[in-house]
Amino acid sequence: MSPKSEASVKTDRSLHVFTPRVALNLAVLVALAGVPAYAAFTGDDFALTLFTRVVILAIAALSLNLIMGFGGMVSFGHAAYLGIGGYAVGILAKEGIGSGFVQWSVAVGAAAFYALVVGALSLRTRGVYFIMITLAFAQMIYYVAIGLDRYGGDDGLTIYHRSKFGAALDLSNRTVFYYLCFALLLLSIYLVWRIVNSRFGMVVQGARSNERRMRAIGFPTFRYRLVCFVIAGAMCGLAGALLANHTDFISPAMMHWTRSGDLIVMVVLGGMQAMFGPLIGAMTFLILEEGLSRLTEYSNLILGPFLLVVAISMQGGIDGLIVGRRYG
Amino acid sequence: MLYFFEQFLNGIQLGMLLFLLAAGLTLIFGIMDLINLAHGSLYMLGAYFAASFADWTGSFVLGALLALVTTAIVGMLLEVIAVRRLYGRNHLDHVLGTFGLLLFFNELVRLIWGPAGMTLALPSEMLKAVEVLPGLFYPLYRLVIIGVTLIVAALMYLLIMRTRLGMLIRAGASNREMVGALGVNIKLLYTLVFGLGAALAGFAGLMQAPILTVQIGMGENILIAAFVVVTIGGIGSIRGAFVASLLVGLADTIGRAFVPDVLHTFLSEAASSSLGRALSSMMIYLVMALVLVARPEGLFPAAGK
Repeated sequence: MSPKSEASVKTDRSLHVFTPRVALNLAVLVALAGVPAYAAFTGDDFALTLFTRVVILAIAALSLNLIMGFGGMVSFGHAAYLGIGGYAVGILAKEGIGSGFVQWSVAVGAAAFYALVVGALSLRTRGVYFIMITLAFAQMIYYVAIGLDRYGGDDGLTIYHRSKFGAALDLSNRTVFYYLCFALLLLSIYLVWRIVNSRFGMVVQGARSNERRMRAIGFPTFRYRLVCFVIAGAMCGLAGALLANHTDFISPAMMHWTRSGDLIVMVVLGGMQAMFGPLIGAMTFLILEEGLSRLTEYSNLILGPFLLVVAISMQGGIDGLIVGRRYG
Repeated sequence: MLYFFEQFLNGIQLGMLLFLLAAGLTLIFGIMDLINLAHGSLYMLGAYFAASFADWTGSFVLGALLALVTTAIVGMLLEVIAVRRLYGRNHLDHVLGTFGLLLFFNELVRLIWGPAGMTLALPSEMLKAVEVLPGLFYPLYRLVIIGVTLIVAALMYLLIMRTRLGMLIRAGASNREMVGALGVNIKLLYTLVFGLGAALAGFAGLMQAPILTVQIGMGENILIAAFVVVTIGGIGSIRGAFVASLLVGLADTIGRAFVPDVLHTFLSEAASSSLGRALSSMMIYLVMALVLVARPEGLFPAAGK
C-alpha cells in the first residue's frame, strides 16, 4: 500500500488493529460471556444449555483445527477423544470415584495415550489413507464402547453425579459450569495460539507445507507431528469430560463417525487456520441446527445443501468471508 | 466344518456386496479424486426405489431394473448439479460437501417414504434353500447375489479393459489433464463414471434390500466398510477393491462367527460374549490398520499416483 499522505497512513494503521476479524472475535466473546445473564434475564434456560454445548464442542473443534488446520493432519476420528474423555468420567463415576481431579486427569491421560498409539501408527500414512486410518481407529473405539455391557453397552450410561471439585466449584450449578467451560475454552485458545506461534508450531506447520524439506534441514518431523497429535487428543479428551458432565449421559453415539464429521464441518465452516474459526464454526453449526429444527421437521433438507454451498463457494469458511483469504 | 463352510459363503456374499460399493467409490476416487461420503446414500436410494417399484409393478425383477436405472439417473443428476463443482478442491471440501449431501438425502428419504422402514419381499421361487454340500442347505437368494455380483464384476472387467469407454476411464485414472488435453469430453466422462458408480451402489442396495430392512441411514455403516475396502485395496484400484472386499467380507463374517467361541475357551460366558461382540465388530478395522501399518498405500497401490 503506497502512503498518500501522513494522515491516511495513520488511519490505516489504527484500522489495522481493529480489523473486521478482530471485531467479530471480540463480539463473539462478549456475547458468550453474556449468555448466562441473558438466560437469567429472559428465563430462556435453553439458551444456556445450547451455548454450554457450543463452548464445549468449540474446544473439541479447536483441538481438531490444531492438527488439521495447522498441522495438515486430517483426522476423521476426532469424536473418539470426546468419547474416551466422556467414558473416563462416566466409568469412574459409576465405580464410585467422584473426584473431578481424578476423573478429568484420567480423561485427559487416556485420550492422550490413545492419541499416542493412533498417531504413532497413522502418521506413517499420508493423505486419504491418513483420513481413513484415523476413522478406522475411531470405529474400533466405538465398538469397544458398544461392547461395554457393564457401562450400558449400546444404550449408554446415565451419570448421576457430576464431577466433584469441592464446595467452591459446584458443577451442578449451570452458570458455574458454563463459566468453567468458557474459561477452559479461552485457555485452550490461548494454548493453541502459543503452540502455533512457537518454534514447535512452526516446525509442525512447515511439515504441513513441505515435509521432505523440513526433514532435509534436520527436523525429525514425525516426532513433532506426533506430539502435536497427542496435544490435540488430550485437549479433546478434556472436552469429552466436559460434555459428559453437561449431558449427564454417555453413549457410543457420541463417537459415531458422523460426530467426527460434525467436528470437521465446524472447523471448515468457521475457517481453518483461524484461531477463532472453530469457535465461530461450532457456534454457527449448532445454532443453525437448532434454529432449523425449530423451523421445520425436515431441517437437514436445508442444512445439507447449505454445507454443500459452503464447500463449493466459501473457501476459507466464515473467516475467509470476512478476511477475504483463501486457503490452498 | 459345515458351519464353517456356511460362514465362508456368508463372508463371500458380504464381500461381493462390499465390492459393488467399493468399485464405485474407488473409480470415483481414482478418476475424479473425490471422496464421496454420499455414496452410501445412493445405496439407500437403490433399496428404497426397489421396494417402491416392486410394490408398484408387482414384480421383483422389474422393480429392481427400474430402481437400477433411476439410481443411475439420480447419480448423474447429482454429479451435474452439485458434485461436479467439488472437483479439484481439497479433500476437506469433499468431506464437507458430500457430508451435506448425506444429511440431505437422509432427510429427503424421511420426507418421501416416512420414518418407518420398508421391506422388499422376494419372489417365492427365491425363498428356497439349496443343498450346496451334503447336509448343508444355503438360501438360494444369497447364492444368486454371489453369482450376479460375479457377473457384474466380469462385465466391469470387460467394460474397463476391452471397450473404448473403459480405455478412457483408465486413461483418466492415470492422467486426467492429459486425457482432457487430447480432446476427450472429460465432463461427460466424469458424469458417466459417477452414474456408473451410482448404479453399482444402487444395485448393491436393491440386492441387499430383501435381506435387511430398508431404512434411513442404512448406507452409513456399510459406507465406512466400503471405505475400509477401498483403503485396504489401494485407492483407485478395482483389482485391489475386489481382493480387499473378499478379505473384509470374510474377516467380518468369520470374526463374528468364531471370535466369541474362541474367547469362550478361556473366558466366562458373559465376558466372552460381550468382548467377542466388540472384537468381531472391530475385526475389519483391525485388518485395515494392520495392512496400512505394513503397506501405507494399501495392497495394490494404483500406478502413477
